[in-house]
Amino acid sequence: MPSQAVLTADQRPAPRYVEDVIRAAAILTMFWGIAAFLVGVVIAAQLVWPQLSFDSPYLTFGRLRPLHTSAAIFAFGGTALIGTAFHVVQRTCRTRLFGGEPLAWFVLLGYQFFILAAALGYLFGITQSKEYAEPEWFVDLWLTIVWVAYLITYVGTVMKREEPHIYVANWFYMAFIITIAMLHIVNNLALPVSITGTKSYGAWSGVQDAMIQWWYGHNAVGFFLTAAFLGMMYYYIPKAANRPVYSYRLSIVHFWSLVFLYIWAGPHHLHYTSLPDWAQTLGMTFSVMLWMPSWGGMINGLMTLSGAWDKLRTDPGLRFSVTAVGFYGMSTFEGPVMSIKAVNSLSHYTDWTIGHVHSGALGWVAFIVFGTLYYLVPTMWKRPAMWSTRLISWHYWIATVGIVLYITAMWVSGIMQGLMWRAYDELGFLQYSFVETVAAMHPFYLIRLLGGVCFLSGGLIMAYNMWRTIRSETETLATQTQPALAA
Amino acid sequence: MFIRHETIEKNVILMLVLTLITVSIGGLVQIIPLFTVETTIERIDGMRPYTPLELMGRNIYIREGCYLCHSQQIRPFKDEVERYGHYSLAAESMYDKPFQWGSKRTGPDLARVGGRYSNDWHVAHLASPRAVVPESVMPAYPFLANRPLDYSDIAQHLRTLRTVGTPYTDEMIANARADLEAQVDPDRDPTAMQKRYPRAPVAKFNGETTTITEMDALVAYLQMLGTLVQFGDIPPDRLKQ
Repeated sequence: MPSQAVLTADQRPAPRYVEDVIRAAAILTMFWGIAAFLVGVVIAAQLVWPQLSFDSPYLTFGRLRPLHTSAAIFAFGGTALIGTAFHVVQRTCRTRLFGGEPLAWFVLLGYQFFILAAALGYLFGITQSKEYAEPEWFVDLWLTIVWVAYLITYVGTVMKREEPHIYVANWFYMAFIITIAMLHIVNNLALPVSITGTKSYGAWSGVQDAMIQWWYGHNAVGFFLTAAFLGMMYYYIPKAANRPVYSYRLSIVHFWSLVFLYIWAGPHHLHYTSLPDWAQTLGMTFSVMLWMPSWGGMINGLMTLSGAWDKLRTDPGLRFSVTAVGFYGMSTFEGPVMSIKAVNSLSHYTDWTIGHVHSGALGWVAFIVFGTLYYLVPTMWKRPAMWSTRLISWHYWIATVGIVLYITAMWVSGIMQGLMWRAYDELGFLQYSFVETVAAMHPFYLIRLLGGVCFLSGGLIMAYNMWRTIRSETETLATQTQPALAA
Repeated sequence: MFIRHETIEKNVILMLVLTLITVSIGGLVQIIPLFTVETTIERIDGMRPYTPLELMGRNIYIREGCYLCHSQQIRPFKDEVERYGHYSLAAESMYDKPFQWGSKRTGPDLARVGGRYSNDWHVAHLASPRAVVPESVMPAYPFLANRPLDYSDIAQHLRTLRTVGTPYTDEMIANARADLEAQVDPDRDPTAMQKRYPRAPVAKFNGETTTITEMDALVAYLQMLGTLVQFGDIPPDRLKQ
């Protein structure tokens, strides 16, 4: 058992970590990533060639789009978070996972069951129609059970830690777990029509429902796709760069300001709607303020590379993580800009929003997951490195080109459509009918599709590289971890 | 009172409690007043719960994910008001569970699509969008026209909605099935149904079919969108939130 045979740097014997679950999570993350990118490519193609739904009820954009977003956020992102959370919490607390293998397997497999139930539901039209909270009441109940088990595993492990301090990555993971629990329960309160049926009606209606949904929706971004992935950043970037986190004080300011401010930002999804003005203004103000902690975190991540920038040349996995932090900085600047009401009046309802989401989802979330997996896979399977560094570089460049194609196409089509909607001719009539703006989107939808195909190809290259790494014969003991430098 | 951060870093329960308090504040401040401030929902006449048929149509609209490409929320801008009609009021979605304001307009806003096109146009358009609008990128829904509407548990739907706050009366629940059938049968006397649900359109929405189809329900829903409030009758100060 190699994990017991190797002494760590401070000569204390490493505990017997739970590792099989993490290995399974790494493979599942890769699988869901490919699935999410593939469905994304399909629905992007449907917007270019709408015949691709083949008149089938199961293949319409309206049913496949939740499949794509849930596969990306919850399946790909969520499985990566469960796997890395279990890895990070054990290493930074120097203790075996609370509940051991059984509880950890329950969380991972229970979560996979949630994904399958939700995804099959979408294809059959079982949905609450709340964006990013589409699953119906019975799937929500199951997720609640799994999530409580996840919280118990995590907090239980932190409680029996061998290190005096709780390392900063754990603050972010814990904030993510409890905030998502709060949001999930409040937003999904519903009464089923019948205990044997799938349909339910929610507790909230109209304007209050809209506010609660976007309080949930924006913080699915804020806590699921940001706070938790920042936890990933705070562990894996220092590990891969072999440097301590740049500033401990900045971590504290970053954490508390981020979790306080994020939760207020929801109403920026409802500018100029029937939500009362005071709520919109609050949402805008806090969204703009949110720029500061976001960039504080970005600086903390990037400056951790101080003295180790040369590693970017030799370690393309680390290049992914660092580029991710760069994209994080970019989309957390773009977000506050779009939350300003005057800008939002143009951008809302257009593809600009879609582009913004993807600069975050592809550039930040997917890239930090790729960077993490390129570190985690050799570590977990005790290999000296990934099978091919060259393929990591190929993946990096093809994925980066894909993102650039995607977001520039969406900027152009979004701003163009927004301007066309509000254009007047010299006689004072609206210049364009709606369908003329649809036709004008066509070339950009094609470019976006091309960007998506690039990103998917990169994912396939990665999956191949991962498979070869895992299957490779060269067993080594050398990669057993050192304690987190920053811990 | 000054707490060293070290104290929090060494106590997981303290950290969790402080985190939960920190993340709760924003939501409480933004959500609770929407339930307590009376002017959040404008006091205007005309709003009523959905008819049983409209409700079933709305559930199909939800099932097919129409909200992913069509908003139902007109913003108070000159171009939107000219294109779609009066800007949307909070009152107009007061019975919407869940709300269908949407976040993207791949297709046009539908908040006031009711009455803009004929029933036949909607049926043809849903079955084959590009036959009617050549540039459209909407998926085709030909199956809706042939699929019988399942409304066996319609009364239970209304009852469930009443439990979560929609003001369906005992009379509405008792007549749910009859009202649903009356709305697609112009040969019946619609007076009782329309007394319960003012301004409910009555038509063979899907043309001459032997059964009530999903198409009937969806078109009935689309044809009532944005038609309940009569804006000509409302003094402007009543629209203030």
